[in-house]
Amino acid sequence: MTSAKTVESGVAVRVRQLRKSFGSQVVLDGVDLDVHPGEIFVLMGPSGSGKSVLLRHLIGLETADSGEILLNDTRIEDEGVRDRFRLAMVFQSGGLLNSLTVGENVGLYLSEHRLKPAVEIERIVQEKLALVHLGPKDSLKYPSELSGGMKKRVAIARALVMEPQVVLYDEPTSELDPLVAVTVGREIVRANAMTRATTLVVTHDRDLAFGIANRIAFLSEGRIVAVGTPEVIRASQDPLVHRFLSADFTRD
Amino acid sequence: MLVLFGATLRALPRIFRYRRNLAEQLFEIGNASLFMACVLSLFIGGVLSLQAGPLLTQRGLGSLLGGLVGASLAKELGPVMMSILIAGRIGSAMAAELGSMRVYQEIDALRTLNIDPVEYLVLPRVVAISVALPCLLVFSLLIGCAGGAFVAAFNADVAVSAAAFFNNLKTTLEPRDIIHGLIKTFLFAVTVGVVCCNQGLDTMGGPRGIGRSVTKAVVNSIVFILVLDYVITRMLLPFTKASMAGGF
Repeated sequence: MTSAKTVESGVAVRVRQLRKSFGSQVVLDGVDLDVHPGEIFVLMGPSGSGKSVLLRHLIGLETADSGEILLNDTRIEDEGVRDRFRLAMVFQSGGLLNSLTVGENVGLYLSEHRLKPAVEIERIVQEKLALVHLGPKDSLKYPSELSGGMKKRVAIARALVMEPQVVLYDEPTSELDPLVAVTVGREIVRANAMTRATTLVVTHDRDLAFGIANRIAFLSEGRIVAVGTPEVIRASQDPLVHRFLSADFTRD
Repeated sequence: MLVLFGATLRALPRIFRYRRNLAEQLFEIGNASLFMACVLSLFIGGVLSLQAGPLLTQRGLGSLLGGLVGASLAKELGPVMMSILIAGRIGSAMAAELGSMRVYQEIDALRTLNIDPVEYLVLPRVVAISVALPCLLVFSLLIGCAGGAFVAAFNADVAVSAAAFFNNLKTTLEPRDIIHGLIKTFLFAVTVGVVCCNQGLDTMGGPRGIGRSVTKAVVNSIVFILVLDYVITRMLLPFTKASMAGGF
């Protein structure tokens, strides 16, 4: 990948007054967000605060009740937007197809859309797997044979195959031990440095957030209550943010 | 369900792209069900002979047994029993597989890769079941008639020779009867495929939701099969009356 291409790859993501309710439960209550091209933006917040729902709106898996999402200046609902912008998502569970091998999972986007010949797909698959420290032997395994951390890494490789301009990560370190979580965090930073794709990470893992983010937003009860660099968030006087960041087993 | 059926029909011209998935599904359905279908048919044919044989023989109509067993299997029992078997064996597996893919975000992952789950998952399954089930009916008919002939020949209360059985079968059963059965089977197969896939894709709420989906898929399929059976039989009746009048 050339450096010129990588610099251009990230796009700005803007969220304007996004609202979503499931029945009587308001999940997103007028969310406003600006994510700069190429940055790693972490969305933090307690469980049930609407982080994953917001991410699902960004990738088009949910439709908002009102408000809009813009990629550069294009509304995400506009015709052909998915052809103009490549968005990839790494799911909390990995979202790997259990009936396919690791290699087939990673190459699925290219093979199903017939973007490259089979030999070329195989080469790209091995290249992307190598980026997440997985080898040719791993590509023959099925997802059921992988550990949680390996599944996440395969999912990252599958996302990278799309050469995405925006990568969304949903709780990438959930269910992982601290050592594997650190590895996955490093993979996210490496992938961002390599592709310059705008990277949005949803997590309530404080170590991950402060370890990888260029900026952090704090979401609580469907609203953004704080946005800024890790230093700004750490110094936030907002009671919700403060309570979330200072919570540990010895206090309270 | 109708929306899914419409989407599957619209995707049908692109089935060649999914030939690998189609071949896997065909193997899965055919291979997994052939033995069961044969066993079921053998005994259905045998029971038909056992029940109807003595009644016909007592009235001096034993020679008509072959036609009766053949027509019953081809037009009614074969299609209905095979479809119910497939709904229970394959339809439940489809609902469980798609349900689990839904719950574990595999279907969401496909969408994020710009892959239409209907084309990738539903189309090959519906086409495979629609091809495999009529093929199973042909096997079922052959094995069922053999079962009927066996019981007719070796049961003392029936005592119809295999030659007489097959002779009557040959003169009574017309190609249109078999076509009648194949049409029914094909429509049942499409119904089972769409109902079960729809139920799988609609799964919500974790492993418990998968269980609920499987149960609903099988129950709904059987209800649809029985209702459709009446409707299709009623519609096809004018075309088969002639053969019934001329046969037995």
